[in-house]
Amino acid sequence: MEDAARARPPLASALREAAIAAAVAAVLAVPLLGFRLVDSARGLSLDYRFLWILYAAAAVFAGRLALALTAHRIAPRLGAAFRDRAARVTLPENFAVRVGWSMVAVALLLPWLPFADRSLMSVATLVLIYVMLGWGLNIVVGLAGLLDLGYVAFYAIGAYSFALLSLNFGLSFWICLPLAGILAAFMGILLGFPVLRLRGDYLAIVTLGFGEIIRVVLLNWNEVTNGPNGISNIPRPTLFGLHFDSPYKMPAPTGQGFAEFLGMSFTPMQPIIFLYYVILVLVLATSVFSQRIRRLPTGRAWEALREDEIACRSLGMNPVTVKLSAFAIGAFFAGLAGCFFATRQGTISPESFSFIESATILALVVLGGMGSQIGIVLAAVLLIGLPESRWLRELAEYRMLAFGGVMVLIMLWRPQGLLARRSPTVTMGDGAGSPAP
Amino acid sequence: MTIDIFLQQLVNGLTLGAFYGLIAIGYTMVYGIIGMINFAHGDIYMIGAFVSLIGFLLFSTLGIASVPLAILMVLILAMFFTACYGWAVERLAYRPLRGSPRLAPLISAIGMSILLQNYVQITQGARVKPLQPMVEGAYRITLGPDAHLNVSVLQGVIIVLTVALMLGFSFLIQRTRLGRAQRATAQDMSMAGLLGVNVNRTISVTFVMGAALAAVAGMMATLYYGVIDFYIGFIAGIKAFTAAVLGGIGSLPGAMLGGLLIGLIESFWPLYFNMEYRDVAVFGVLVLVLIFRPTGLLGRPEIEKV
Repeated sequence: MEDAARARPPLASALREAAIAAAVAAVLAVPLLGFRLVDSARGLSLDYRFLWILYAAAAVFAGRLALALTAHRIAPRLGAAFRDRAARVTLPENFAVRVGWSMVAVALLLPWLPFADRSLMSVATLVLIYVMLGWGLNIVVGLAGLLDLGYVAFYAIGAYSFALLSLNFGLSFWICLPLAGILAAFMGILLGFPVLRLRGDYLAIVTLGFGEIIRVVLLNWNEVTNGPNGISNIPRPTLFGLHFDSPYKMPAPTGQGFAEFLGMSFTPMQPIIFLYYVILVLVLATSVFSQRIRRLPTGRAWEALREDEIACRSLGMNPVTVKLSAFAIGAFFAGLAGCFFATRQGTISPESFSFIESATILALVVLGGMGSQIGIVLAAVLLIGLPESRWLRELAEYRMLAFGGVMVLIMLWRPQGLLARRSPTVTMGDGAGSPAP
Repeated sequence: MTIDIFLQQLVNGLTLGAFYGLIAIGYTMVYGIIGMINFAHGDIYMIGAFVSLIGFLLFSTLGIASVPLAILMVLILAMFFTACYGWAVERLAYRPLRGSPRLAPLISAIGMSILLQNYVQITQGARVKPLQPMVEGAYRITLGPDAHLNVSVLQGVIIVLTVALMLGFSFLIQRTRLGRAQRATAQDMSMAGLLGVNVNRTISVTFVMGAALAAVAGMMATLYYGVIDFYIGFIAGIKAFTAAVLGGIGSLPGAMLGGLLIGLIESFWPLYFNMEYRDVAVFGVLVLVLIFRPTGLLGRPEIEKV
């Protein structure tokens, strides 16, 4: 294909390509850009804006032309060379460790940096929630190779477990945290037991269905979940019994406050920073766990099963139990993250747990490069942090449009993810036995 | 339950099943040929519905009074433009990813689905769009002294049109050169390529055909429900995919049967149980079928080789 393009004069061929692309764009733009449905008191009417078709065609023409020219000029020299080298370079193990530790250091120091204000800390907390979810799902998708499109269900179970346990039984956050995780893991086993025998794509669609079932149940089980209104007044966590509520809050908080205990004055930043450190600890625990489990027989079994199920079965492994353990452990971390989400938001409702969340988390895992923890952090900062930041907030209307577009573009650019490191932890001999991708 | 309620729900279920069946064909063909879940297919159906709505409004402002003529012209327009969208989605988001890791096209498809939904939301507004009923009237069939069956003209049109399309489509797949190329590509892509089948074009045509059928479903849904919004593609898409899996993915008669069953389950469920849990029932059936018959009702078992 590249040869054919080279045989023709580059400019002529680029112009031709661009003209075709512009024509297609114009046809696509006719119904949905050229006409606009207008709601009015008398019903629906049509508005015309045919100029937009021209704009769309012109934009696509320019974009395609630029791409064709630069790709032709640069690709043979720079683009392809860069891509080849990037594919071949395997960063030393040491490098990832160093990057990882520096990330931890930045995360630890973040609240004390001069520019760390309220909004930055809340975005950072959100990013960390998604990092935790991404790493949790990475156990299921990246390590065990099971495609789970309903991961948000376990997140929802964790959140609702904490909300209901704390409001109905008065249990504290730190007691509920493991309980929420265990309940989510239990649901994971319950769901996984019948469906884990299925092939990959079927598993994906069943988990997707399960996610929707959980959402529908949360939405309609009014007696327990309060339906679409959700649950509010979820308590905040305490630090060894010291609360982080403002002393002026009505009704007055019971017990001793953290600021009071240390003899400081209360600032609204204190609870935000405390929540940030709570999720940071949870995230680090997830990271340590998923790194360690790769060296244990369980983790090795997951990776082996991902690479070749038939070989594993021939060696006497029971695929169902191996998959079930990955499913349950992934669900456990989602439950923990859900529990934290509930306490941070203070209010939860079923709309926080729609399919788009599952898709976002899966996108983090795949875009980051499956199995790569640092890649997932990168993807979370890129996809969650950037759109939430104050510079892009004004473009909120276009946020999801860009989100979808970026997902497609990153996949086209690097189908194996931003940082791909999906090779098994152990291979035979000098790596000659490493499996084909 | 008396016979008239039963028959009434049967007719309503058949109508619903027609929508799901038409959308499910797009899923099952794409899955059969390149083995990916075309996640954006539900949104292609949504685009078909929007193009139809715009077409109906356009023709009514142009003053075309004949309803059958308007429907026919909108049908052609919707199929054309929606097919263009289907083609473009495949060309942009899936073709460059052929031969990449299995998850890459799926993520690309999910991204495309989000992109299309928000594109329509931004260009056409997020509010629910209503359409005045265009086809009115119903046949009233008397079954007994107090039992009547109401079949609206629109339901009749939907069922007849769907059956005609499916027959024509089966003919296309079974008897024409194009259909043979598609079946060959589905069986073994590289072998078909070696034997002179233009694989890329065949796959493109598959997407175009699936999108055109989804556009028909979109137009019928616009007429039948009278309201559409940018989000209708998601739930319809999941249910149609469920229908495709239920019938055995990769199998065309399976997709039709699956769509029909899903439609019937949806229309009979509220007679016995809580309406709100209708979607739960659909997915529950899917799980049960997959546990006891993992290849679907009409699918052939796939033997995994080392």
